[in-house]
Amino acid sequence: MSVATAVPNGTWTVDPVHSSIGFEVEHMVSTFRGRFEDYDAQLVDGKLIGTVAVPSVKVYDENLEAHLQSPDFFDAQLHPELRFESRELAIDEDGSVTLEGELTIKGVTRPVTAHGRYVHVEADLGGGERIGLALETTVDRRDFGLEWNAPLPKGGFVLGNDVALKVALELVRA
Amino acid sequence: MKILGISGSLRQTSHNTQLLRVAADLLPPGTELEIFDGLDEVPPFNEDDERTPPPGVVRLKDAIAAADAVLIATPEYNHSIPGVLKNAFDWVSRPIADNPMRGKPALVIGASTGMFGAVWAQAETRKVLGALGARVLDEELPVAKAPEGLDDHELLAQLADLLGDLVSSGEALMRAA
Repeated sequence: MSVATAVPNGTWTVDPVHSSIGFEVEHMVSTFRGRFEDYDAQLVDGKLIGTVAVPSVKVYDENLEAHLQSPDFFDAQLHPELRFESRELAIDEDGSVTLEGELTIKGVTRPVTAHGRYVHVEADLGGGERIGLALETTVDRRDFGLEWNAPLPKGGFVLGNDVALKVALELVRA
Repeated sequence: MKILGISGSLRQTSHNTQLLRVAADLLPPGTELEIFDGLDEVPPFNEDDERTPPPGVVRLKDAIAAADAVLIATPEYNHSIPGVLKNAFDWVSRPIADNPMRGKPALVIGASTGMFGAVWAQAETRKVLGALGARVLDEELPVAKAPEGLDDHELLAQLADLLGDLVSSGEALMRAA
């Protein structure tokens, strides 16, 4: 295994079995986590393009999944896809990365900066080249029109506004 | 586009059913309104039967599912939503995840013989539809002093505008589909 500082050239496609796209948000007294099952990601000459199918959102309750897809949250009927398109990946010598890009949720596109780690493997078990990208950023869901909340009887709200987006990608050379 | 009209009154000569008929004549071309006539076949809600609902409930849920948008005209009973209407939505809401009102564009209007045009019942109906996950238009149309109030030209123009908003909401979904 080696850590590279050069931006990988060429086209890299996602290995969906060994990747994940999830989110975390404070729920009253703890952290609520969800994930998306259907997504695609490609790294092309150091630029990441990712799309996520909103209807594939998974949490531990089907009624909550339906609520997340409703106009209160993602409004999957009108906006079935999340999209991220980056500028060029910047890799430090220690493997830490900074990735600026445009994130589109519910039809709203905003700039975000993600931080994380880059790992390169010259040969996986099948002999293929493989890179890993772990990325994280935090957004205020209200900036994207995901406004739902409910007040608690003695003050405060059920749901936090800051949502951490956590992406772990294994990419193989196309 | 197909709009399902539901009147909150079962009365034979209901002003709210009449309001739906008036609305049918104000719809843009290419839009049809079917007035649901089976609300009296919906029995009292029983959660034991929510996964095998009685035929009257199946008919209502199927009618909603087949419509692109829903128009509710409700009277106001004792400052609130009529029991038959609330009962019907309680059936429709279950199971919550795939209830046919979820994401459905909905407009609530209402008529009363008094001064206030069922405005509280409309507000509560919007609240209930919101709980079902409907795409509820944040608008109201209080038709006071029915039946004479149903002939008010200004009000009819307002109703035509609201119906236009409902149709737009339905069209946006059809484009996205």
